[in-house]
Amino acid sequence: MSGITAEQVAHLASLARIDLSPEEIASLTIDLGQIVESVKKVQEVATPDVPATSHPMPLTNVFRDDIVVPSLTVEQALSGAPDRDGDKFRVPPILEED
Amino acid sequence: MKKAELMDFDKALELYEPVLGFEVHVELNTKTKMFCGCANEFGQGANTNTCPTCLGLPGGLPQVNRKAIESSIRLGLALGCDIAEASRFARKNYFYPDTAKNFQTSQYDEPIAFNGSLTIELESGRQVTVEIERAHMEDDAGKLTHKGGATGRIQGADYSLVDYNRGGVPLVEIVTQMIEGGEADSPEIGKTYVAAIREIVKALGVSNARMEEGNVRCDANVSLRPRGSNILGTRTETKNVNSLRSVERAVRYEIQRQAALLSAGGTITQETRHWHEDTGRTSAGRPKSDADDYRYFPEPDLVPVAPSREWVEELRATLPEPPAARRKRLQADWGFANLEFQDVVNSDLLDAVEATIAAGASAQAARKWWTGEVARLANVAGVAADSLVQPHQVAALIELVEAGTLTDRLARQVLEGVIAGEGTPLEVVDSRGLAVVSDDGPLIAAIDEALASQPDVLAKIRDGKVQAAGAVIGAVMKAMRGQADAARVRELVLERAGSAE
Ligand SMILES: [Zn+2]
Repeated sequence: MSGITAEQVAHLASLARIDLSPEEIASLTIDLGQIVESVKKVQEVATPDVPATSHPMPLTNVFRDDIVVPSLTVEQALSGAPDRDGDKFRVPPILEED
Repeated sequence: MKKAELMDFDKALELYEPVLGFEVHVELNTKTKMFCGCANEFGQGANTNTCPTCLGLPGGLPQVNRKAIESSIRLGLALGCDIAEASRFARKNYFYPDTAKNFQTSQYDEPIAFNGSLTIELESGRQVTVEIERAHMEDDAGKLTHKGGATGRIQGADYSLVDYNRGGVPLVEIVTQMIEGGEADSPEIGKTYVAAIREIVKALGVSNARMEEGNVRCDANVSLRPRGSNILGTRTETKNVNSLRSVERAVRYEIQRQAALLSAGGTITQETRHWHEDTGRTSAGRPKSDADDYRYFPEPDLVPVAPSREWVEELRATLPEPPAARRKRLQADWGFANLEFQDVVNSDLLDAVEATIAAGASAQAARKWWTGEVARLANVAGVAADSLVQPHQVAALIELVEAGTLTDRLARQVLEGVIAGEGTPLEVVDSRGLAVVSDDGPLIAAIDEALASQPDVLAKIRDGKVQAAGAVIGAVMKAMRGQADAARVRELVLERAGSAE
Protein backbone atom coordinates (compact mmCIF):
# COMPACT_ATOMS: atom_id res chain seq x y z
CA MET A 1 0.00 0.00 0.00
CA SER A 2 2.70 2.47 1.05
CA GLY A 3 4.61 4.04 -1.90
CA ILE A 4 7.86 4.19 0.03
CA THR A 5 9.92 1.68 1.97
CA ALA A 6 11.77 1.98 5.27
CA GLU A 7 15.04 1.41 3.35
CA GLN A 8 14.31 4.38 1.11
CA VAL A 9 13.61 6.58 4.13
CA ALA A 10 16.87 5.48 5.74
CA HIS A 11 18.73 6.25 2.49
CA LEU A 12 17.17 9.72 2.20
CA ALA A 13 18.00 10.38 5.84
CA SER A 14 21.66 9.51 5.25
CA LEU A 15 21.77 11.74 2.15
CA ALA A 16 20.30 14.56 4.22
CA ARG A 17 22.73 13.83 7.07
CA ILE A 18 19.86 13.27 9.49
CA ASP A 19 20.30 10.66 12.19
CA LEU A 20 16.99 8.79 12.61
CA SER A 21 16.04 6.18 15.20
CA PRO A 22 14.25 3.00 13.99
CA GLU A 23 11.01 4.37 15.51
CA GLU A 24 11.37 7.65 13.61
CA ILE A 25 12.06 5.76 10.38
CA ALA A 26 8.93 3.69 10.90
CA SER A 27 6.69 6.67 11.50
CA LEU A 28 8.26 8.71 8.67
CA THR A 29 7.75 5.78 6.31
CA ILE A 30 4.01 6.02 7.00
CA ASP A 31 3.94 9.83 6.69
CA LEU A 32 5.99 9.98 3.51
CA GLY A 33 4.00 7.07 2.10
CA GLN A 34 0.83 9.13 2.42
CA ILE A 35 2.49 12.05 0.62
CA VAL A 36 3.63 9.77 -2.20
CA GLU A 37 0.07 8.42 -2.49
CA SER A 38 -1.29 11.96 -2.73
CA VAL A 39 1.20 12.83 -5.46
CA LYS A 40 0.10 9.70 -7.32
CA LYS A 41 -3.47 11.05 -7.35
CA VAL A 42 -2.25 14.33 -8.83
CA GLN A 43 -0.33 12.39 -11.49
CA GLU A 44 -3.53 10.60 -12.49
CA VAL A 45 -5.10 13.96 -13.22
CA ALA A 46 -2.05 15.21 -15.17
CA THR A 47 -2.77 13.98 -18.69
CA PRO A 48 -0.34 14.60 -21.58
CA ASP A 49 -2.30 17.71 -22.61
CA VAL A 50 -1.47 19.38 -19.29
CA PRO A 51 2.01 20.88 -19.64
CA ALA A 52 4.50 20.17 -16.86
CA THR A 53 5.08 23.16 -14.66
CA SER A 54 7.71 23.90 -12.07
CA HIS A 55 6.32 27.23 -10.98
CA PRO A 56 2.78 28.39 -10.21
CA MET A 57 3.27 31.91 -11.63
CA PRO A 58 3.20 32.34 -15.42
CA LEU A 59 6.34 34.45 -15.32
CA THR A 60 9.65 34.23 -17.17
CA ASN A 61 12.81 36.35 -17.37
CA VAL A 62 12.72 38.07 -14.00
CA PHE A 63 16.17 39.63 -13.89
CA ARG A 64 18.12 42.07 -11.78
CA ASP A 65 20.74 44.51 -13.07
CA ASP A 66 24.40 43.76 -12.43
CA ILE A 67 24.84 46.39 -9.72
CA VAL A 68 26.66 45.80 -6.45
CA VAL A 69 24.63 46.27 -3.28
CA PRO A 70 26.14 46.30 0.21
CA SER A 71 26.85 42.89 1.71
CA LEU A 72 26.59 41.85 5.33
CA THR A 73 29.46 42.85 7.59
CA VAL A 74 31.82 40.03 8.48
CA GLU A 75 30.44 40.08 12.02
CA GLN A 76 26.87 39.76 10.75
CA ALA A 77 27.86 36.98 8.37
CA LEU A 78 29.56 35.00 11.13
CA SER A 79 27.00 35.74 13.86
CA GLY A 80 25.13 32.48 13.36
CA ALA A 81 28.21 30.32 12.94
CA PRO A 82 28.71 27.57 15.56
CA ASP A 83 32.46 28.19 15.38
CA ARG A 84 34.84 30.61 13.72
CA ASP A 85 38.54 31.21 13.25
CA GLY A 86 39.32 34.84 12.55
CA ASP A 87 37.00 35.92 9.73
CA LYS A 88 36.31 32.39 8.52
CA PHE A 89 33.71 29.81 9.38
CA ARG A 90 35.28 26.86 11.17
CA VAL A 91 33.89 23.40 10.44
CA PRO A 92 34.71 19.89 11.76
CA PRO A 93 37.08 17.61 9.79
CA ILE A 94 35.56 16.61 6.43
CA LEU A 95 37.49 13.45 5.50
CA GLU A 96 39.45 11.07 7.67
CA GLU A 97 43.07 10.16 7.05
CA ASP A 98 43.35 7.80 4.08
CA MET B 1 51.54 3.19 -0.91
CA LYS B 2 52.71 1.35 -3.99
CA LYS B 3 53.67 3.71 -6.76
CA ALA B 4 51.27 3.46 -9.69
CA GLU B 5 52.86 1.68 -12.61
CA LEU B 6 52.67 3.34 -15.97
CA MET B 7 52.69 1.68 -19.34
CA ASP B 8 54.79 3.20 -22.10
CA PHE B 9 52.55 5.67 -23.95
CA ASP B 10 53.03 4.14 -27.42
CA LYS B 11 52.46 0.66 -26.09
CA ALA B 12 49.28 1.84 -24.34
CA LEU B 13 47.99 3.18 -27.66
CA GLU B 14 48.75 -0.09 -29.42
CA LEU B 15 46.51 -1.92 -26.98
CA TYR B 16 43.82 0.64 -26.22
CA GLU B 17 41.91 3.51 -27.77
CA PRO B 18 41.58 6.53 -25.48
CA VAL B 19 38.16 8.16 -25.19
CA LEU B 20 38.08 11.66 -23.71
CA GLY B 21 35.58 14.12 -22.33
CA PHE B 22 36.04 17.53 -20.73
CA GLU B 23 34.06 19.67 -18.35
CA VAL B 24 35.36 23.22 -18.29
CA HIS B 25 34.09 25.65 -15.68
CA VAL B 26 34.32 29.32 -16.66
CA GLU B 27 33.94 31.93 -13.94
CA LEU B 28 32.15 34.97 -15.35
CA ASN B 29 33.49 38.44 -14.61
CA THR B 30 30.18 40.10 -13.80
CA LYS B 31 30.30 42.82 -11.15
CA THR B 32 27.96 40.88 -8.89
CA LYS B 33 27.20 37.26 -8.07
CA MET B 34 24.76 35.05 -9.97
CA PHE B 35 21.75 35.41 -7.67
CA CYS B 36 22.52 38.33 -5.35
CA GLY B 37 24.09 41.79 -5.45
CA CYS B 38 27.23 40.84 -3.52
CA ALA B 39 30.43 41.87 -5.31
CA ASN B 40 32.09 39.23 -7.48
CA GLU B 41 35.67 39.98 -6.51
CA PHE B 42 38.54 38.33 -4.71
CA GLY B 43 41.52 39.52 -2.80
CA GLN B 44 39.12 41.02 -0.28
CA GLY B 45 39.05 39.92 3.32
CA ALA B 46 37.32 36.59 3.98
CA ASN B 47 33.51 36.63 4.09
CA THR B 48 33.22 40.31 3.17
CA ASN B 49 31.00 39.60 0.12
CA THR B 50 28.11 37.63 1.56
CA CYS B 51 24.40 38.13 2.18
CA PRO B 52 21.45 35.99 3.33
CA THR B 53 20.95 34.70 -0.25
CA CYS B 54 24.48 33.45 -0.91
CA LEU B 55 24.81 32.19 2.68
CA GLY B 56 21.55 30.27 2.37
CA LEU B 57 20.03 32.00 5.40
CA PRO B 58 16.28 32.04 5.98
CA GLY B 59 14.68 34.86 4.04
CA GLY B 60 17.26 34.88 1.27
CA LEU B 61 15.70 35.10 -2.17
CA PRO B 62 17.71 34.58 -5.37
CA GLN B 63 17.39 37.06 -8.24
CA VAL B 64 18.99 36.27 -11.57
CA ASN B 65 21.79 38.55 -12.79
CA ARG B 66 20.82 39.69 -16.32
CA LYS B 67 24.45 40.23 -17.28
CA ALA B 68 25.32 36.64 -16.33
CA ILE B 69 22.53 35.36 -18.60
CA GLU B 70 23.78 37.61 -21.38
CA SER B 71 27.37 36.34 -20.96
CA SER B 72 26.17 32.73 -20.90
CA ILE B 73 24.17 33.19 -24.11
CA ARG B 74 27.10 34.88 -25.85
CA LEU B 75 29.43 32.09 -24.76
CA GLY B 76 26.92 29.50 -25.96
CA LEU B 77 26.67 31.24 -29.33
CA ALA B 78 30.46 31.47 -29.67
CA LEU B 79 30.57 27.69 -29.17
CA GLY B 80 28.04 27.22 -31.96
CA CYS B 81 25.31 26.16 -29.54
CA ASP B 82 21.55 26.45 -29.85
CA ILE B 83 20.11 28.74 -27.20
CA ALA B 84 17.17 27.25 -25.33
CA GLU B 85 13.80 28.91 -25.80
CA ALA B 86 12.98 27.85 -22.25
CA SER B 87 15.60 27.17 -19.66
CA ARG B 88 15.41 26.81 -15.90
CA PHE B 89 17.49 26.38 -12.80
CA ALA B 90 17.54 23.30 -10.60
CA ARG B 91 18.81 22.49 -7.15
CA LYS B 92 21.62 19.98 -6.98
CA ASN B 93 21.42 18.79 -3.40
CA TYR B 94 24.52 17.83 -1.47
CA PHE B 95 25.97 18.46 1.94
CA TYR B 96 29.45 19.87 2.00
CA PRO B 97 30.79 22.88 3.88
CA ASP B 98 31.76 24.74 0.68
CA THR B 99 28.09 25.47 0.02
CA ALA B 100 26.11 27.00 2.83
CA LYS B 101 22.79 26.46 1.04
CA ASN B 102 23.22 22.66 1.02
CA PHE B 103 22.52 22.73 -2.70
CA GLN B 104 24.17 24.20 -5.75
CA THR B 105 21.88 26.21 -7.99
CA SER B 106 22.59 24.66 -11.36
CA GLN B 107 20.77 23.54 -14.49
CA TYR B 108 19.73 19.97 -15.12
CA ASP B 109 17.27 19.11 -17.87
CA GLU B 110 16.98 22.54 -19.49
CA PRO B 111 20.45 24.09 -19.95
CA ILE B 112 20.70 27.54 -21.51
CA ALA B 113 22.89 26.31 -24.43
CA PHE B 114 23.34 22.94 -26.12
CA ASN B 115 24.50 21.16 -29.31
CA GLY B 116 27.59 23.18 -30.13
CA SER B 117 30.98 22.35 -31.56
CA LEU B 118 34.46 23.77 -31.56
CA THR B 119 37.12 22.97 -34.14
CA ILE B 120 40.67 23.12 -32.83
CA GLU B 121 43.94 22.87 -34.70
CA LEU B 122 46.84 20.85 -33.34
CA GLU B 123 50.48 21.74 -33.89
CA SER B 124 50.71 19.16 -36.68
CA GLY B 125 47.95 21.05 -38.49
CA ARG B 126 45.43 18.28 -37.72
CA GLN B 127 41.94 19.67 -37.17
CA VAL B 128 39.73 18.11 -34.51
CA THR B 129 36.09 19.03 -34.03
CA VAL B 130 34.97 18.72 -30.43
CA GLU B 131 31.21 18.37 -30.06
CA ILE B 132 29.75 20.38 -27.19
CA GLU B 133 26.87 18.66 -25.46
CA ARG B 134 25.78 21.61 -23.34
CA ALA B 135 26.83 24.79 -21.59
CA HIS B 136 24.85 25.40 -18.44
CA MET B 137 24.81 28.06 -15.74
CA GLU B 138 25.45 27.47 -12.06
CA ASP B 139 26.88 29.16 -9.01
CA ASP B 140 30.33 28.59 -7.59
CA ALA B 141 31.10 27.20 -4.13
CA GLY B 142 33.02 28.84 -1.30
CA LYS B 143 36.70 28.26 -0.67
CA LEU B 144 37.90 25.72 1.89
CA THR B 145 41.25 25.62 3.63
CA HIS B 146 42.26 22.63 5.70
CA LYS B 147 44.14 23.03 8.96
CA GLY B 148 46.30 20.61 10.88
CA GLY B 149 47.31 17.12 9.78
CA ALA B 150 49.47 16.75 6.69
CA THR B 151 49.91 20.27 5.31
CA GLY B 152 46.89 21.57 3.51
CA ARG B 153 45.36 18.17 2.78
CA ILE B 154 41.74 17.46 3.47
CA GLN B 155 42.52 13.94 4.68
CA GLY B 156 43.41 13.93 8.33
CA ALA B 157 42.96 17.68 8.79
CA ASP B 158 41.97 18.74 12.31
CA TYR B 159 39.38 21.18 10.99
CA SER B 160 38.58 23.29 7.94
CA LEU B 161 37.88 26.96 7.36
CA VAL B 162 35.39 28.43 4.92
CA ASP B 163 35.36 31.74 3.06
CA TYR B 164 32.09 32.23 1.18
CA ASN B 165 33.20 35.20 -0.96
CA ARG B 166 33.33 32.91 -4.00
CA GLY B 167 30.05 31.20 -3.10
CA GLY B 168 27.41 32.30 -5.61
CA VAL B 169 29.80 33.61 -8.27
CA PRO B 170 28.40 32.83 -11.76
CA LEU B 171 29.89 29.89 -13.64
CA VAL B 172 29.24 28.40 -17.02
CA GLU B 173 30.05 24.71 -17.24
CA ILE B 174 30.86 23.52 -20.75
CA VAL B 175 30.46 19.79 -21.26
CA THR B 176 31.82 18.01 -24.32
CA GLN B 177 30.49 14.85 -25.87
CA MET B 178 32.81 11.85 -25.96
CA ILE B 179 35.90 12.57 -28.03
CA GLU B 180 36.97 9.46 -29.95
CA GLY B 181 39.76 9.04 -32.44
CA GLY B 182 42.15 11.32 -30.57
CA GLU B 183 44.73 8.51 -30.47
CA ALA B 184 48.29 9.72 -29.79
CA ASP B 185 47.11 13.33 -30.03
CA SER B 186 44.77 12.87 -27.03
CA PRO B 187 46.90 14.79 -24.51
CA GLU B 188 47.42 17.63 -26.99
CA ILE B 189 43.70 17.68 -27.80
CA GLY B 190 42.98 18.25 -24.11
CA LYS B 191 45.44 21.10 -23.87
CA THR B 192 44.40 22.72 -27.14
CA TYR B 193 40.69 22.44 -26.40
CA VAL B 194 41.01 24.13 -23.01
CA ALA B 195 43.28 26.78 -24.55
CA ALA B 196 40.63 27.42 -27.22
CA ILE B 197 37.88 27.82 -24.60
CA ARG B 198 40.10 30.19 -22.64
CA GLU B 199 40.82 32.21 -25.74
CA ILE B 200 37.11 32.44 -26.62
CA VAL B 201 35.96 33.60 -23.18
CA LYS B 202 38.76 36.15 -23.15
CA ALA B 203 37.85 37.46 -26.59
CA LEU B 204 34.19 37.67 -25.53
CA GLY B 205 35.24 39.55 -22.40
CA VAL B 206 32.94 37.35 -20.27
CA SER B 207 35.70 36.07 -17.98
CA ASN B 208 39.09 37.19 -16.74
CA ALA B 209 40.23 33.80 -18.07
CA ARG B 210 43.21 33.48 -15.72
CA MET B 211 43.70 29.78 -15.13
CA GLU B 212 46.14 30.39 -12.29
CA GLU B 213 43.35 32.21 -10.45
CA GLY B 214 40.80 29.49 -11.14
CA ASN B 215 38.75 31.50 -13.67
CA VAL B 216 38.95 28.53 -16.04
CA ARG B 217 39.02 25.06 -14.48
CA CYS B 218 39.07 21.73 -16.23
CA ASP B 219 37.90 18.25 -15.27
CA ALA B 220 39.32 15.65 -17.65
CA ASN B 221 37.50 12.36 -18.26
CA VAL B 222 39.57 9.52 -19.66
CA SER B 223 38.66 5.93 -20.45
CA LEU B 224 40.33 3.23 -22.51
CA ARG B 225 38.69 0.85 -24.95
CA PRO B 226 40.58 -2.31 -25.92
CA ARG B 227 41.41 -2.37 -29.64
CA GLY B 228 38.77 -4.28 -31.56
CA SER B 229 36.15 -3.78 -28.86
CA ASN B 230 33.19 -1.46 -29.12
CA ILE B 231 32.47 -1.42 -25.40
CA LEU B 232 33.49 1.74 -23.57
CA GLY B 233 35.83 1.35 -20.67
CA THR B 234 35.17 2.72 -17.19
CA ARG B 235 36.15 6.36 -17.01
CA THR B 236 37.89 8.39 -14.38
CA GLU B 237 37.34 12.11 -13.85
CA THR B 238 40.49 13.99 -12.97
CA LYS B 239 39.68 17.21 -11.13
CA ASN B 240 41.86 20.16 -10.26
CA VAL B 241 43.59 20.41 -13.63
CA ASN B 242 44.19 24.11 -13.75
CA SER B 243 46.89 24.83 -16.30
CA LEU B 244 47.13 23.96 -19.98
CA ARG B 245 50.26 21.94 -19.47
CA SER B 246 48.61 20.03 -16.64
CA VAL B 247 45.67 19.08 -18.84
CA GLU B 248 48.10 17.57 -21.32
CA ARG B 249 50.10 15.78 -18.64
CA ALA B 250 47.03 14.52 -16.74
CA VAL B 251 45.46 12.98 -19.87
CA ARG B 252 48.75 11.30 -20.77
CA TYR B 253 49.19 10.04 -17.21
CA GLU B 254 45.68 8.56 -17.03
CA ILE B 255 46.14 6.76 -20.37
CA GLN B 256 49.40 5.24 -19.17
CA ARG B 257 48.07 4.40 -15.70
CA GLN B 258 44.83 2.83 -16.88
CA ALA B 259 46.64 0.84 -19.61
CA ALA B 260 49.05 -0.60 -17.05
CA LEU B 261 46.21 -1.53 -14.73
CA LEU B 262 44.01 -3.08 -17.44
CA SER B 263 46.77 -5.07 -19.09
CA ALA B 264 47.69 -6.53 -15.70
CA GLY B 265 44.14 -7.84 -15.45
CA GLY B 266 42.94 -5.08 -13.12
CA THR B 267 39.78 -3.02 -13.38
CA ILE B 268 39.29 0.74 -13.42
CA THR B 269 37.22 2.18 -10.62
CA GLN B 270 34.78 4.87 -11.63
CA GLU B 271 36.01 7.67 -9.43
CA THR B 272 37.15 11.24 -9.25
CA ARG B 273 40.93 11.60 -9.18
CA HIS B 274 43.08 14.48 -8.03
CA TRP B 275 45.88 15.91 -10.15
CA HIS B 276 49.14 16.73 -8.37
CA GLU B 277 51.11 19.38 -10.18
CA ASP B 278 54.30 18.68 -8.22
CA THR B 279 54.56 14.95 -8.85
CA GLY B 280 52.76 14.88 -12.20
CA ARG B 281 50.49 12.10 -10.97
CA THR B 282 46.82 11.57 -10.21
CA SER B 283 45.59 9.97 -7.00
CA ALA B 284 42.27 8.34 -6.18
CA GLY B 285 39.59 10.60 -4.78
CA ARG B 286 36.09 9.64 -3.93
CA PRO B 287 34.56 6.64 -5.73
CA LYS B 288 31.11 7.16 -7.23
CA SER B 289 28.62 6.18 -4.55
CA ASP B 290 25.14 6.64 -3.17
CA ALA B 291 26.18 10.14 -2.18
CA ASP B 292 26.08 11.11 -5.87
CA ASP B 293 22.30 10.98 -5.70
CA TYR B 294 21.83 14.73 -6.03
CA ARG B 295 18.03 14.65 -6.13
CA TYR B 296 17.82 17.48 -8.67
CA PHE B 297 14.54 19.34 -8.73
CA PRO B 298 13.43 22.63 -10.28
CA GLU B 299 14.45 25.65 -8.20
CA PRO B 300 11.12 26.90 -6.79
CA ASP B 301 12.44 30.41 -6.03
CA LEU B 302 13.33 31.21 -9.66
CA VAL B 303 11.14 31.48 -12.73
CA PRO B 304 12.25 30.10 -16.12
CA VAL B 305 14.65 31.98 -18.37
CA ALA B 306 13.15 32.28 -21.85
CA PRO B 307 15.43 34.41 -24.00
CA SER B 308 13.54 35.91 -26.94
CA ARG B 309 14.93 35.14 -30.38
CA GLU B 310 15.40 38.89 -30.90
CA TRP B 311 17.61 39.13 -27.82
CA VAL B 312 19.63 36.10 -28.92
CA GLU B 313 20.20 37.64 -32.37
CA GLU B 314 21.15 40.96 -30.79
CA LEU B 315 23.75 39.15 -28.70
CA ARG B 316 24.97 37.15 -31.69
CA ALA B 317 25.74 40.46 -33.41
CA THR B 318 28.12 41.36 -30.56
CA LEU B 319 30.34 38.29 -31.02
CA PRO B 320 33.98 39.07 -31.84
CA GLU B 321 35.91 37.43 -34.67
CA PRO B 322 36.58 33.82 -33.58
CA PRO B 323 40.10 33.72 -32.05
CA ALA B 324 41.33 30.94 -34.36
CA ALA B 325 40.28 32.88 -37.46
CA ARG B 326 41.83 36.03 -36.06
CA ARG B 327 45.15 34.29 -35.49
CA LYS B 328 45.20 33.03 -39.08
CA ARG B 329 44.44 36.52 -40.39
CA LEU B 330 47.06 38.25 -38.23
CA GLN B 331 49.83 35.78 -39.07
CA ALA B 332 49.16 36.30 -42.78
CA ASP B 333 48.98 40.10 -42.40
CA TRP B 334 52.21 40.27 -40.44
CA GLY B 335 54.09 37.72 -42.52
CA PHE B 336 55.44 35.92 -39.46
CA ALA B 337 57.01 32.48 -39.65
CA ASN B 338 55.18 29.85 -37.56
CA LEU B 339 57.75 29.97 -34.78
CA GLU B 340 57.72 33.76 -34.62
CA PHE B 341 53.94 33.79 -34.47
CA GLN B 342 53.77 31.00 -31.87
CA ASP B 343 56.21 32.97 -29.75
CA VAL B 344 53.80 35.91 -29.71
CA VAL B 345 50.75 33.72 -29.06
CA ASN B 346 52.40 31.70 -26.31
CA SER B 347 53.54 34.89 -24.58
CA ASP B 348 49.94 36.11 -24.67
CA LEU B 349 51.08 39.19 -26.61
CA LEU B 350 48.78 39.06 -29.62
CA ASP B 351 46.75 42.09 -28.53
CA ALA B 352 49.84 44.07 -27.53
CA VAL B 353 51.65 43.40 -30.80
CA GLU B 354 48.52 44.17 -32.83
CA ALA B 355 48.04 47.50 -31.03
CA THR B 356 51.71 48.39 -31.45
CA ILE B 357 51.52 47.77 -35.19
CA ALA B 358 48.30 49.78 -35.34
CA ALA B 359 50.22 52.63 -33.66
CA GLY B 360 52.66 52.65 -36.57
CA ALA B 361 55.42 50.15 -35.78
CA SER B 362 56.59 47.54 -38.25
CA ALA B 363 55.39 44.00 -37.47
CA GLN B 364 58.87 42.56 -36.98
CA ALA B 365 60.01 45.39 -34.71
CA ALA B 366 56.82 45.12 -32.62
CA ARG B 367 57.37 41.38 -32.25
CA LYS B 368 61.05 41.79 -31.43
CA TRP B 369 60.50 44.36 -28.68
CA TRP B 370 57.52 42.67 -27.03
CA THR B 371 58.86 39.11 -27.00
CA GLY B 372 62.38 40.35 -26.30
CA GLU B 373 63.18 43.19 -23.95
CA VAL B 374 59.65 43.87 -22.64
CA ALA B 375 59.05 40.17 -21.92
CA ARG B 376 62.45 39.95 -20.23
CA LEU B 377 61.75 42.92 -17.94
CA ALA B 378 58.26 41.59 -17.20
CA ASN B 379 59.74 38.24 -16.31
CA VAL B 380 62.17 39.90 -13.91
CA ALA B 381 59.32 41.90 -12.36
CA GLY B 382 57.08 38.82 -12.25
CA VAL B 383 54.20 40.51 -14.07
CA ALA B 384 52.49 40.18 -17.45
CA ALA B 385 54.38 41.94 -20.25
CA ASP B 386 51.32 43.85 -21.43
CA SER B 387 50.81 45.29 -17.95
CA LEU B 388 54.29 46.81 -17.97
CA VAL B 389 54.10 49.28 -20.84
CA GLN B 390 51.51 50.58 -23.32
CA PRO B 391 51.60 49.51 -26.98
CA HIS B 392 51.73 53.15 -28.18
CA GLN B 393 54.84 53.71 -26.06
CA VAL B 394 56.55 50.69 -27.57
CA ALA B 395 55.57 52.01 -31.01
CA ALA B 396 57.07 55.42 -30.14
CA LEU B 397 60.27 53.74 -28.95
CA ILE B 398 60.55 51.75 -32.18
CA GLU B 399 60.05 54.96 -34.16
CA LEU B 400 62.99 56.59 -32.33
CA VAL B 401 65.21 53.58 -33.11
CA GLU B 402 64.22 53.58 -36.76
CA ALA B 403 64.83 57.33 -37.04
CA GLY B 404 68.37 56.76 -35.76
CA THR B 405 67.77 58.79 -32.60
CA LEU B 406 68.39 55.71 -30.47
CA THR B 407 70.54 52.63 -30.80
CA ASP B 408 69.02 49.36 -29.53
CA ARG B 409 71.15 49.67 -26.43
CA LEU B 410 69.99 53.20 -25.67
CA ALA B 411 66.41 52.21 -26.48
CA ARG B 412 66.57 49.54 -23.78
CA GLN B 413 67.51 52.26 -21.27
CA VAL B 414 64.67 54.44 -22.51
CA LEU B 415 62.27 51.51 -22.11
CA GLU B 416 63.36 51.13 -18.50
CA GLY B 417 62.69 54.83 -17.98
CA VAL B 418 59.23 54.56 -19.52
CA ILE B 419 58.42 51.55 -17.32
CA ALA B 420 59.70 53.47 -14.29
CA GLY B 421 57.07 56.10 -15.07
CA GLU B 422 59.45 58.80 -16.29
CA GLY B 423 57.17 59.69 -19.20
CA THR B 424 56.95 58.98 -22.90
CA PRO B 425 60.00 57.61 -24.74
CA LEU B 426 60.77 61.08 -26.10
CA GLU B 427 60.54 62.61 -22.62
CA VAL B 428 62.88 59.94 -21.25
CA VAL B 429 65.36 60.59 -24.09
CA ASP B 430 65.36 64.27 -23.12
CA SER B 431 65.42 63.89 -19.35
CA ARG B 432 68.09 61.19 -19.35
CA GLY B 433 70.02 62.74 -22.24
CA LEU B 434 70.09 59.44 -24.07
CA ALA B 435 69.93 60.44 -27.74
CA VAL B 436 72.63 59.27 -30.12
CA VAL B 437 75.09 62.13 -30.72
CA SER B 438 74.31 62.87 -34.32
CA ASP B 439 76.21 66.11 -34.58
CA ASP B 440 79.63 65.02 -35.88
CA GLY B 441 81.47 67.90 -34.14
CA PRO B 442 81.98 66.32 -30.71
CA LEU B 443 82.62 62.95 -32.38
CA ILE B 444 85.39 64.33 -34.58
CA ALA B 445 87.02 66.03 -31.60
CA ALA B 446 87.00 62.75 -29.67
CA ILE B 447 88.34 60.81 -32.67
CA ASP B 448 91.17 63.26 -33.32
CA GLU B 449 92.16 63.06 -29.67
CA ALA B 450 92.11 59.26 -29.69
CA LEU B 451 94.15 59.09 -32.92
CA ALA B 452 96.72 61.55 -31.55
CA SER B 453 97.18 59.52 -28.38
CA GLN B 454 97.59 56.24 -30.32
CA PRO B 455 100.05 57.09 -33.15
CA ASP B 456 100.90 53.40 -33.76
CA VAL B 457 97.23 52.64 -34.47
CA LEU B 458 97.03 55.66 -36.74
CA ALA B 459 100.02 54.34 -38.68
CA LYS B 460 98.45 50.90 -39.08
CA ILE B 461 95.17 52.35 -40.36
CA ARG B 462 97.11 54.37 -42.89
CA ASP B 463 98.89 51.16 -43.94
CA GLY B 464 95.46 49.79 -44.79
CA LYS B 465 95.13 47.65 -41.65
CA VAL B 466 91.55 48.72 -41.15
CA GLN B 467 90.90 46.24 -38.28
CA ALA B 468 93.25 48.33 -36.13
CA ALA B 469 90.56 51.04 -36.10
CA GLY B 470 88.73 48.96 -33.45
CA ALA B 471 90.95 50.29 -30.66
CA VAL B 472 90.19 53.88 -31.62
CA ILE B 473 86.46 53.21 -32.04
CA GLY B 474 86.41 51.65 -28.55
CA ALA B 475 88.15 54.69 -27.03
CA VAL B 476 85.75 57.06 -28.78
CA MET B 477 82.64 55.12 -27.70
CA LYS B 478 83.98 55.20 -24.15
CA ALA B 479 84.59 58.94 -24.32
CA MET B 480 81.05 59.43 -25.68
CA ARG B 481 79.68 57.21 -22.88
CA GLY B 482 78.23 54.90 -25.51
CA GLN B 483 75.94 57.56 -26.88
CA ALA B 484 77.22 57.38 -30.40
CA ASP B 485 76.38 55.30 -33.40
CA ALA B 486 79.31 52.88 -33.70
CA ALA B 487 78.94 52.59 -37.48
CA ARG B 488 79.19 56.36 -37.88
CA VAL B 489 82.22 56.48 -35.54
CA ARG B 490 83.98 53.86 -37.66
CA GLU B 491 83.23 55.82 -40.79
CA LEU B 492 84.64 58.99 -39.26
CA VAL B 493 87.73 57.27 -37.80
CA LEU B 494 88.73 56.02 -41.24
CA GLU B 495 88.00 59.40 -42.74
CA ARG B 496 90.02 61.33 -40.08
CA ALA B 497 92.91 58.86 -40.22
CA GLY B 498 93.11 59.36 -43.99
CA SER B 499 92.96 63.18 -43.80
CA ALA B 500 95.41 63.54 -40.89
CA GLU B 501 98.47 63.48 -43.15
ZN1 LIG C 1 25.18 37.50 -1.59
